[in-house]
Amino acid sequence: ATEGMVVADKNCSKIHYISSNIYCCGAGTAADTEMTTQLIASNLELHALSTGRLPRVVTANRMLKQMLFRYQGYIGAALVLGGVDVTGPHLYSIYPHGSTDKLPYVTMGSGSLAAMAVFEDKYKPDMEEEEAKQLVRDAIAAGIYNDLGSGSNIDICVISKNKLDFIRPYDVANRKGERYGRYKCERGTTAVLTENVAHLEIEVVDETVQTMDTS
Amino acid sequence: MESRGASSLLKDSIPITDFSLPGSFEGHGLRRGFPCVKNELVPSHPLELSEKNFQLNQDKTNFAMLRNIQGLHAPLKLQMELRAVKQAQRLPFLHSSNMALDTLRGNDECIGFEDILNDPSQSEVMGEPHMMMEYKLGLL
Repeated sequence: ATEGMVVADKNCSKIHYISSNIYCCGAGTAADTEMTTQLIASNLELHALSTGRLPRVVTANRMLKQMLFRYQGYIGAALVLGGVDVTGPHLYSIYPHGSTDKLPYVTMGSGSLAAMAVFEDKYKPDMEEEEAKQLVRDAIAAGIYNDLGSGSNIDICVISKNKLDFIRPYDVANRKGERYGRYKCERGTTAVLTENVAHLEIEVVDETVQTMDTS
Repeated sequence: MESRGASSLLKDSIPITDFSLPGSFEGHGLRRGFPCVKNELVPSHPLELSEKNFQLNQDKTNFAMLRNIQGLHAPLKLQMELRAVKQAQRLPFLHSSNMALDTLRGNDECIGFEDILNDPSQSEVMGEPHMMMEYKLGLL
């Protein structure tokens, strides 16, 4: 999480819960992604209670895009929505103005070009789980090393029909370096030549007591 | 016909607070801020008018589509139900739950900003009960 050119939180949680089988990664304005995903998660829960079925990814997608279009891009939430429902696994990317894309692999955020470059090079359909996790790790690492707005850790959320793995962190790609020397100056490094202590005469002119209202 | 009822309620400007309290610093308390003529002429955010009229515009679009698909009877029946249910209100100074209206609109299965912010049941101000009743009964 960045505040302009300064890193605000090196290890913030960007994978948001929408439903037990649907999770959403948020890029853009942090407050917007957080609150939007919470709002849609609440609405989806109410909807699931009303229908009596497990919510579908396409429902969450439609709710998000309708809300973001209503606010005409003023809500800066760029989201990657993924989940598994009765119809199978689905992955959507949702842009702040409300357009969505349904694709086998998507990237969002400032490091999206670096990550997409890795995906375009190494993606093949029907990969094994470990291979796929490694590919995602490589894509995000490309963003960490080559993009100034991305850094630190890689979290992975694997959603399948029967299980959910939320691996946080999957990899700490960019550890802060260890300092090799001590750069503190001890007392006495600079010699004291003369010392002069001057007392300030303070005269008490007026003293008042103001009682606090502690009732 | 379907827009006649709705378009009279459309707000194309934000009404100005009236200057009935000269010399008071806050104007109308902390609720609406200082009276300002500019706020009436020009919206302070590009989405201000769109959001103020959002429910109305959505209803208009939906009823127009419904009329085109199913015929005039469909929006007519739905609007009749909405009007009937809007009439069942409590006394003027008490807030009504509007449960039937929410059910018809589908708001009982949704949560939005209007459920948390500016909830009328949590309002700190209340009208003067006797005055409002007399006004309603035409005795004032």
